Formats: sequence, C-alpha cells, structure tokens
Amino acid sequence: MKFQKSTLENYLFILPAVVIFSIFYIYPFYETFNLSLHNWNGISASRVFVGLRNFKEVFFQDRHWWPAMGHAGYITLIALTFQNALALILAMACDRQIRLGKFYRLVFFIPPVLSEVVVALIWKWIFEPNYGLLNFWLANLGLHNLAREWLSRPETALSCVALIHSWKGFGWGFIILLAGLQTIPQQLYEAARVDGANSWRRFRHVTIPLMIPVFVLVSILTILGSMQAFVLVYQMTAATPALGTTVPVTRILNAMREVQPPRFGFACAQGVVFGLILVILSFLQLRLSKKMRQA
Amino acid sequence: MDSERLKYQFRNFSIGSLLNLFLLLVAASCLFPLFWTFSTSLKTQSQVFSDMSLIPKAFHWENYYLAWTEGSFGVYFLNSVLYTICTVIGIVLVSSLAAYAFSRLKFPGRNLFFFMFLAAMMIPLPGSFVPLYIVMKKLHLLNTPQGYVLCMINVGLSLSIFLLKTFFDKMPTDLEDAARIDGCSKLGIWWNVALPLARPALAVIVIFNSLTVWNEYILALIIFDDTRFMPLQVGLSTFHGEFVTQYPLLMAGIIITVIPILLIYILLQKHIVKGLTAGAVVG
Amino acid sequence: MASRNRFFVKEVGIGLLFIVVIVSLIGAITGCARAPQQKQADVVIWHWMTDRKNAFSELAARYEQETGRKVEFKLFAPSGVYTQKIQAATQAGTLPDIFGVLGEKEGFAIFIKSGHILNLDDAMQANNNEWQDKFFSKALIVNKFEKHNEFDVPPGIYGVPLDVSNIQMLYNKDLFRQAGLDPENQPRTFDEFIDAAKKLKQAGIQGLVSGWAETWMINCLASNFAFNIMGERKVMDTFRGKVPYTDADWIEVFNLFKRMADEGVLAKGIVAMNNKDAEQNFANGRAAFAFNGSWCVNVYKGMDPNLNYTAMFVPRASQRYPLLIWGGAGSSLMINARSKNQEQALAFLQWLTDDAQQAYLAEATNNLPANKNSLENISPILAQFAQSMENTTHPNIWPVHEKGPVVEAFNVGLQSVILGTKTPEQVAEEIQEVKVREMAKN
Repeated sequence: MKFQKSTLENYLFILPAVVIFSIFYIYPFYETFNLSLHNWNGISASRVFVGLRNFKEVFFQDRHWWPAMGHAGYITLIALTFQNALALILAMACDRQIRLGKFYRLVFFIPPVLSEVVVALIWKWIFEPNYGLLNFWLANLGLHNLAREWLSRPETALSCVALIHSWKGFGWGFIILLAGLQTIPQQLYEAARVDGANSWRRFRHVTIPLMIPVFVLVSILTILGSMQAFVLVYQMTAATPALGTTVPVTRILNAMREVQPPRFGFACAQGVVFGLILVILSFLQLRLSKKMRQA
Repeated sequence: MDSERLKYQFRNFSIGSLLNLFLLLVAASCLFPLFWTFSTSLKTQSQVFSDMSLIPKAFHWENYYLAWTEGSFGVYFLNSVLYTICTVIGIVLVSSLAAYAFSRLKFPGRNLFFFMFLAAMMIPLPGSFVPLYIVMKKLHLLNTPQGYVLCMINVGLSLSIFLLKTFFDKMPTDLEDAARIDGCSKLGIWWNVALPLARPALAVIVIFNSLTVWNEYILALIIFDDTRFMPLQVGLSTFHGEFVTQYPLLMAGIIITVIPILLIYILLQKHIVKGLTAGAVVG
Repeated sequence: MASRNRFFVKEVGIGLLFIVVIVSLIGAITGCARAPQQKQADVVIWHWMTDRKNAFSELAARYEQETGRKVEFKLFAPSGVYTQKIQAATQAGTLPDIFGVLGEKEGFAIFIKSGHILNLDDAMQANNNEWQDKFFSKALIVNKFEKHNEFDVPPGIYGVPLDVSNIQMLYNKDLFRQAGLDPENQPRTFDEFIDAAKKLKQAGIQGLVSGWAETWMINCLASNFAFNIMGERKVMDTFRGKVPYTDADWIEVFNLFKRMADEGVLAKGIVAMNNKDAEQNFANGRAAFAFNGSWCVNVYKGMDPNLNYTAMFVPRASQRYPLLIWGGAGSSLMINARSKNQEQALAFLQWLTDDAQQAYLAEATNNLPANKNSLENISPILAQFAQSMENTTHPNIWPVHEKGPVVEAFNVGLQSVILGTKTPEQVAEEIQEVKVREMAKN
C-alpha cells in the first residue's frame, strides 16, 4: 500500500508534462499519421484513403526524397565534426581562466541569437559572385582562379551552406559543453595532476569519461538541428534539386505549399518517414553511448 | 636544463598565442554580422544597396524610432516579454519536475514515457497546425495569450526534459540522500536540492527557450487573429513585405529584438560558469 | 543546522516570490485578453501583403468616415504562413468575411467546391453589369470559371481584383548607352537580345537578371517562348498528354535557355537568386536587363528613385505564333460564402473598387489599378505596362493545367540547363518521364 502511494506520488512529477503533451502533441501526432494514409489538399472536407501509397511514393518513386536525405546527412556530418569540434575547443578554452573569457562567452553566442534570415542575408552578401567580400579578398590575394559562384554552383553550394550552418550553431554546443565542463569537480583534475598525469591524459581520463553524457546530448541535438535545418538552405540557395541543396524539410514544405494542389497526405508521409529515421538514428546513438560508458 | 625549460616555455607560449589568435578570429566572425546589421540600420534604403562601406556616411538614428513606431513595437515588445517569461517559467517548472522523476524516481513505464518525449522531439509534424488549431478552438484557446503560452510550453518541453535529465543523471546523489535522511519530502528535495544543483543546466534551458519564444512568429500568426496579441517578430515582418523589404528599419528592429536576448544571456551565463556543483560537493 | 535553515528560508522565499510572479503574470495576461473590446469590426479582411498596410488602413479609415461602418484589415506575412492560417481556418470554420487566396486556379477551385467562396455573378451583373464593367476584363477573367471547366466548379466570377500586373522585360537605359547601344532601339527578337547582351558583356555589364530561384519565374518566361514557338494549342495539348516534352518545339524552348547561359547573357548566380535580390541587382545597375512583374516599379522606386529604365516586350524567338506574356489580376479578394456579413462585405468591396479608391490604391502602391477609370495618375512606366495588357495570357484562363510534379520537373530541368549540368534533350526526357508517371496515376 505504501509502495503504491509513493509510486502515485512519482507519477505526479510527470503529470503536468504529460497533460500538456497529450493535449498539444498526441492528437496532432495521431492526425499527422492518419493524414499520411490519405490524399488531402488541405482545404476539402473530404479525404481520400489511399493506404500506404504515399509511403510507397516516398520510398520508391520520389526521386528528390533520398537525395534530400543525403544532403541533410551531409550537413549533419559537417556539423557533428566541424561544429562540435569547434564548440569543444572553445568551451575548453573558456573553461580555464583565460584573458577576455567573459567577452568570448558573450560573443560566441551572437550567431545563435541572430535570426536565420539575417545570417543568410549577410553571408549571401559575402559570397556574392561579382561584388562579394570573399571573391574580392581572393582577387586581392592574387587567387583569382579560386573565386567562383559559391552559392549557385552544384559543386560548392551545399558545402558553403553546411559551413555557415555550423558557424551559426556552434554557440549552442559551446554553452552546453561549457555547462558540462563546469560540473566536473575540480578535485578530480587535482588528483590526476598529483598522480602525474599530463594535460592530454587528464583530458583523456577525466574529462572525456565524465563528459560522455553531455557529448551524447550535444550530438543528438546537433543531429536534430542539422537534419531539420532548412531556413538557411532555402534562403541561401533556394533549396533546388538543380543545385543539389534540397533537404527533407523543404521537400515537405514543397508538397504542402508549392505543389498545386497542396499534397498534405504526402507531406505527412514524408514527415513520418523522416521522423522515424531520426528516432532510429538517435536511439542508435544512445545505445552506442551506453556501451561506451560500460566499456 | 635551461634550454629545456626555455623550449617548454616557448611551446606553451606559442600554443597559447595560437589559441588566442584562433579565439579572436572566431570572435571576429561572430561579431561581424551584428556589426553589419547595426551599420545597415543607420543607413537609408537606397544607401543599403549603393553604399557598401561598413561605416555609413551619415547616421540615421531615426530608423530606430521609425522601426519602433511603424512596427508597433510598443505593444509587441510587451507581449513578447510576457510570453517569454510565462513560457520559460512554465517550461522550467514542468520539465524539471518530469526530468527529475525520469532521472531519480522509479515508477512503471518510466522509460516508455521518457522515450515518448524523446521521440516527440524528433518527429516533425508537417500538417500538425491544422489539428492543433482545431484542438485550440475546441478548448476556446484560439486567439488567446494563454493558448499561445501553453503551445509554446509544449514546443520547448521535450528538449528541456531531455537536457535536464542528462544533467540530473550526471549529478552526484550524496546531497539528496542526506536531505532524504533529514526527512525532506520528494518535492522538497526537488526544489531545495536538485534544482539549485542543476543551475547551470537550468540556465541553459532558460536561454534556449527564451530564444525560441522570442524568435517565434509562425504559431503566433496562426493562433492569433488580433494584432494586439502579436509578438515582436510579427512586428519585424512588417518591414519584410511581399514586395518591398525596408532594410534599414528591418535591421534597426533586429538590433532592438536582439538586445534583450543578449541581456538574458549575459545575466544567466554566470550560472553556467560559476561551477556551483563543484562548490556544492565540497560544502 | 542553522545554515541549513537559512538556506531553506531563502529558497522558500524565492519560491513564493516566483509563485506570486506567475499568478500576477497570468492575471495580467488574462486581464489583457478581456480588456474592453474596441468597437467590433463590421467586416474583417485577411490578407498577406504587409507592405500595403498603410494604404489599407487609410482606405478603411475613409470607409468608416463615409459610411460609419468599421472595416478591419488583418495582415499576416509571410505568405506561406498566411496560407497555413487560411487552411487551418477552413477546417475550423473561422474564416473572416473577406480573404485573399494564394496559389493557382486548382487551389482556388478547391476553396469554391468546399463552399468557402461566394459566387459574385449576381452582384457583378446587377444594373446592367455596372460593377463588372468597371474592371479590365483581363483582371476579372482570372477569377472566372467558365461553363464545363476542368475543375467542375459552377460557372461564375469568384473574386474581386484589386490590381493588375503583368510580367515582362525591363532594361537600364544608362547601361545601354555605356555599352554603345541605342537606348531607344529596343531588341525585338531573341537574336537582337542576345547581341545586345553580348555588347553589354564586352563593356563589363551583366545581361539579364531575374528571380529564378523562385522557379515560377523561369516557368513564366519559358511559357512565353513556348506560346511563341508552338502556339497555345500545342502547349495545351502537351498538358493534355497528347504532345510529349521531347517534341522538337519544346527542345527549341529549352535551347533558348541554354543559349542564354552559353553566351553569358545571364547574371551570375541567377539560379539561386530570389526576386528581391534580382531587383536589388537591377536597381543598382549591376545588370542591364530584368525579367520582372509590374510590381517592380514600386520596388525600384524605393531602391533608387532615379533609376533610368524602361519596359520592353519579351523578345520574340520565332515568327510562327504570337508571343503572349503573363498578365492578369495581381491580387484579388474573395468573400466568405459562410460569412454572416456578406452584404456588408459586398458593399465594401464595391466601394473599394470604385474609381476614387482604386486611383488612391494605385498611387499609394505604385501599381496598375484593376479599375479602367483609375488610370489617370499612373507613372509613364506603368502606362507602358498597361499597354502590354492586350498581349497577355494567364494560367488561370487556360483550359488545362499541367500537374504539379511535372511543373516542378520542368522548372528544375530549366535550372539544370542554365547551370550546364544537363542538356536540353536530357531535361526533356526527364520531364516526359515524370509526365508519363503522373498521367498513369489517373
């Protein structure tokens, strides 16, 4: 009896979250799933049940879908490596007492605060083929042949966007990693120092093991943020298949807004497929990290 | 022996200065857009395109006044402040309760519920605004600030729970055990022990969610019919019209909207950095 | 233990403070929500053009002064979100009295068939077509459904046009002079156009700029050339599936784009350029030609009031068939068929499209009015656009329409041709492949 009461009490802790979640998420989720089995134009009162045909089209017939997944995967890969490495280096630098530490902590958070529209505007201006800063500097350095149409050639467009995306996002990794680093008790470092461990070994045997959960957190957030990134891609390169810069979210929006008449059912099927892939990716990551911690 | 030490010092020095150079470069790249935005906000519409210099010839400070009045910032600013405060307080309370339970308490279905929140974070719901709109109408929450705040709490909930749980998992339980022995209730432990210890993580989710709410406009446009309820970002969209973008006013508006968020960040980052946990373990 | 107690007092105090703050905030918000309502509007209008906010509110104020009725324009931008809002409102039954519909004719038809839009025939035809006759027929016709239309919509007029626009070419006279070209001598054929652009290029000036990241603008130019090369009927037969995209005439159309790309006529980065960027480039004299709609007059004016430019008709690529450009109503307003205020909504729209109001709107927004009698005060460049209205067509008046996925393949294909990553023949094959698949669906 006592056990039950305490279990009930434990449920109370998650009750508010579950209530809000049920009202604002479960029903829309059910509707999305339901819609993915229908053809619907977003306006008619009637929907046509089509079974799994939308899914079949996503998986086998839509020739833009899997390339779009690939592009998002590429952006994510760049973000996971470049962005997170940058975030970690900067966080570790700011974790120590360095000159201008406060200034850096403020400044590194500016890109995440700026809206994507502004960021796109500024970088488009820098990348502009005729008058942009980048080509201008390249020309001044005598590197004329390196100048190109950065955002409007299939060879460079996606990479440029991926780098800018990483630049815009590293501030998040930076503060989460910094918060994580700060929770490592200083005594552990002291103890390691007393034992004669050099800075690399302290990093390897103190920082890394304690930071694994935070690394997992940051990488899952990075995967989510990068796979679902679309505003920058769209604003900078119009997310067109001709440039190889489509991403899943722009495909979904395309089906919902651009295609006439709108294909809500198909968009929802794309959303469900996309979501399932993300769920699988993240759970694999969690599993992997658990194994790593046990090892 | 001396040369060894010199070498060591030199290596340390060069690594240090390289690191400093690197930090400065990254910082410059981060500052540049803000500076550009600021400089553009002081130009006139035709100068934006013709005069590419970073320091405008004349400073048109009146752009700030115009942005404030034409974008109805007086109303929107207050709305945004209220929405942000309410949403963030809501998220912090609700998500920390849940995350604490997922991390520390035992009950059947714990993992199931947690994974449910986790999955929600990942599955985009492209058509969800239609059912959401209908639910809100049935609950008479359409076109009300309460409805909007509840929606926004829901938006930030999953990620905040996930983030907080990670940090709770990482925290030592000694203090909580001590409090339990002292006869503190679960709720008491959550409030008095766990929350203060998780301050760095709380600071992160406050910053994160403030930014989300502060920059949100799509949901607001769908839920609100009345302009007097609209948040700040909708005011900005006035300058970003179908055909004409008024760049100086847009940039002035962006500067105005960015400042409060940077202030919140400045205020809260202290908590991230102080290393409260380390101190608490010692004390 | 004493320190622990102090810790407790402090934390509980903060906790209480928090609760007080929350309660008072919720109070403040709910208080806000129930603040004394202003006078309820008689007619509520939803639209997406926030850049016309001032003109709209001025008109609403004038209407209230004249009639005592309160009209409220509620503007929601960007247009993508506006569309979502409208969709959600159709599902919940909360559409306003008057609203605008974005998208193409089929989307429009779905609104009508779902009973959301009022048929205006009676109002338009009352008193010997009094209202109807005020409009340019080209403006009205895009909102009209003929008998036996492909969408099975009951015939009639379903929207009130607010303004008129068409899409054609513009060139910068100063840059022409700079390159040794005669600014009064417009290129009339495609070859002349290419020659002029080449001369400009030699003088270090870019040729054509347009917002071709917004793919419908490529589609528009390609459609102009297609009408010119193969005639309207063959284009429609292609949509019907009777003529394949691999037909020599279509290849000829695609080849025009290849030629523009190969000869360096197109501005750098045109494939990733949205229309606002393209307009900036033209207004700053960074490109001599622009392919743009008549709304550009207002945009260029804001960017550079002294820009010395003029309009020209899209150069003909062939003598076989007439070249028709796209033109029609710029934006239209529809009346909610389920609104309780239909009468008042109708009365307001009739007032709004009357001569004086149309003249004001045209002047305030630098657009062509939909009302024939309101042309007096328009600028010379707009008058030029007005002249071209005779040679326009509009997808909304075509008897058949291409399917969405085919249109996408078509537009993306043209982008690839411009980038040089695919040949016109490859692109034609790809479009046809999608076409065959889409035809098989029905």
